[in-house]
Amino acid sequence: MDKTNAIISVKNLVKKYDDFTAVQGISFEVYQNEIFGLLGPNGAGKTTTLEIIETLREKTSGEIIVDGYSVDKDASKIKRIIGVQLQAAGYYPNLNLVELMELFAGLYGVDVKPMEMLEKVNLQDKAKAKYKALSGGQKQRFSIATTLINSPKIIFLDEPTTGLDPQARRNLWDLIIDIRNNGTTVVITTHYMDEAEQLCDRVAFVERGEIIALDTPDNLIDNLINSGFERQKEVKKANLEDVFINLTGKEWREDN
Amino acid sequence: MSKPYNNTKATLALAKASFRSIMRSPSAVVFTLAFPLIFILVFGFLGGGGVKVDLAIAPGSDLQNPIINALEQINVIHIIEDKEADEIKTELEKGHVAAVINVQKNATGTPAYLANVQYTSASIDKGSILKSVLTNLMYTLNSKDIKPTIAQLNESTVQGRIYRTIDFILPGQLGFSLLSTGVFGTAFVFFSLRQTLVIKRFFATPVSRASIVFGEGIARIGFALCGAVFIILIGHFFFHFTLIHGVVTVLNMLLLAIIGLVVFMGFGFIVSGIAKSESTIPPISNIITLPQFLLSGTFFSIDAFPSWLQPISRALPLTYLNDAMRKVAFEGAGLWDVKHQILIMAIWGIGVYIVAVKVFKWE
Repeated sequence: MDKTNAIISVKNLVKKYDDFTAVQGISFEVYQNEIFGLLGPNGAGKTTTLEIIETLREKTSGEIIVDGYSVDKDASKIKRIIGVQLQAAGYYPNLNLVELMELFAGLYGVDVKPMEMLEKVNLQDKAKAKYKALSGGQKQRFSIATTLINSPKIIFLDEPTTGLDPQARRNLWDLIIDIRNNGTTVVITTHYMDEAEQLCDRVAFVERGEIIALDTPDNLIDNLINSGFERQKEVKKANLEDVFINLTGKEWREDN
Repeated sequence: MSKPYNNTKATLALAKASFRSIMRSPSAVVFTLAFPLIFILVFGFLGGGGVKVDLAIAPGSDLQNPIINALEQINVIHIIEDKEADEIKTELEKGHVAAVINVQKNATGTPAYLANVQYTSASIDKGSILKSVLTNLMYTLNSKDIKPTIAQLNESTVQGRIYRTIDFILPGQLGFSLLSTGVFGTAFVFFSLRQTLVIKRFFATPVSRASIVFGEGIARIGFALCGAVFIILIGHFFFHFTLIHGVVTVLNMLLLAIIGLVVFMGFGFIVSGIAKSESTIPPISNIITLPQFLLSGTFFSIDAFPSWLQPISRALPLTYLNDAMRKVAFEGAGLWDVKHQILIMAIWGIGVYIVAVKVFKWE
C-alpha cells in the first residue's frame, strides 16, 4: 500500500457536545482505494467521526482534508465526490425505487439511468416497489445504490450489515468488494469482527473517542498472538455460520 | 467536477418527486379536492331554488277555476293536492305547509268564487309571502276588465347578472382548500421529512437548503393550482359559477391563489417548526385554519356577523383572499382593483415568514 496516497486525512479531530466529548483528538489517514474499517463499541464516536468527515456535522476543532478539499471551506465540493450511507436514513415517501433514483440523480446533478443503478445492486426486479416494502438487505443495497449515483471517489457505509441475516450480509460483502475493485475507496463502520477481518484492508479501533489501535487485521492479530495470547478453545475449520450458509444456500435469495 | 453543480436541476427533481408523492397521498387529495367539492355540491344543489311556499289544497275544493290555475303559474308557490284533512292539519301545525286553500263556487252569483285561506303561526314568514301573492292575484283577477281610474302600475325588472349561491360559496371553498393545503400539507411534509431523516440524507448530497424549500413549494403550488382549476371548472360547468371574463378571470384567480398559498405555506413552516410530535401538528394547524374557516366569510358574508366579531374577521388573511376572489370572479375586477386585499395578504406574508425563519428547524 502506497502510504503517500492518503485520500482522507484527519488530524486532531475533537467534537464536544454540551457536557461530553464524543471525539477527543483523533488522527488517521485513509488511503486511496482501500477498505478502511472503523471499529468499536456503541457510543465510541464512530458515527460522529464519519458524519463530520461527510460534512453533515460541525467539528469542534481539528483539520480534515478529503481528496484535497478542506471540510471547513469546500463542504459542497466534498459532497459531490463522496457517497454517504447513513446508519438511519429515510427516503421520500410514496415513491418507488426508480423515482427515488431519479430524485437522487437530480440532487447530485448527474444523468444516470435508474435501472442501471438498481442492476448494480441486483434490485432491478424491485424497480416499482416502495422503499418501505423492501427487506432489510434490500434496503441496505438500495441505500448503497444511492451512494453510487455520483460515481464517488469515496463511499461511507455506517453499519451497513447490522440486522441482516448471514446470506444478506455476505451478499453485501461481495457488493462492497466489487465497488472497491471498481476504484472507489470505502470507509465502513461495523460491530462484526469477522466482517472487518474479511473486508477491511486496515482497521482502526475507536474507544471513548480515541483511536487505540490502527493497522491491518493480520498485523493486529499477529501482534496479539506474539504477546502470548491463546484462545481458550481450539478453533475448528468451520464455524456455525458456515453451517448456516451451507444448509440454507449461499445464492441470492428473494427475501434478502 | 466536470461541470458546475446545477441548483435548478436539483430543485426541479425535488419538485417532481414531491408532486408525485402528494398525488399519491390520500390526505392531500381529500383536503384539497374532496372537502371543497362536497361543500360545493351541497350548496350548488341547495342554492338553485330560492324560496318555495307550500300551499295545500283542501279536500273537496274546486280545482278548475281561475284562482288555482293562476296559482299554478306562480314559481314561488308549490301546490300540494290530494291530501287528507288530518294530514294537512298536522303539516300546518309543524309549519311544513304555509297555508291551506279552499275554493268554492259561489251559489249566490257574484263573486263567482269564494276562496278560504287558512294560515299557520308555525310558518309566518312564508305565510306573509303567500298573503301578498294572493292579494296581488285577486287584484289582477278582479280588475281584469276594469280600466284604471286613478293610476296604472307598470312594473319591469332590470336584467342583471344572476348572483347564485355558488358565486359566494365557490371562492370561499377555494380559499379554504388553499389554506388547508398550505398549512397542513407544508407542516406535515417538512415535519416528517425531518423526522424520518430524509432531509439528513438530502444534506449528504450537494443540494442547497433553498432548493429543498423551493422544490417543495413548487410542487405544493402546482398541486393546489391543479385542484383550484378543477374546482373552478366543476363549479362553472355544472353549477354556472360566474366567470366574467372567462379564461382571464381564471388566470387572475390562479394568481391570487398563488399569493394566498405562499402566505399559508408560511404558517405551515411555523407549525412544522414548533410541533413536538406528529400528533401535535393537527391541533396546532387547526388553531390557524379553523378560525379562518369560520370567520373569513367562507360560508356566510362577514357582514352578517355581530359587529364585535367583524374586526377579527377583517384581520384574517383568508378574508381578503375570499374577498378578492369574489370580486375577480363575479365583478370582473382585475388584480389592480383588489390591490388593497393583496397588500394585506402581503403584510401577513412578511410577518409570517419572519416568524417562520426563526422557528423553522432542519434537524
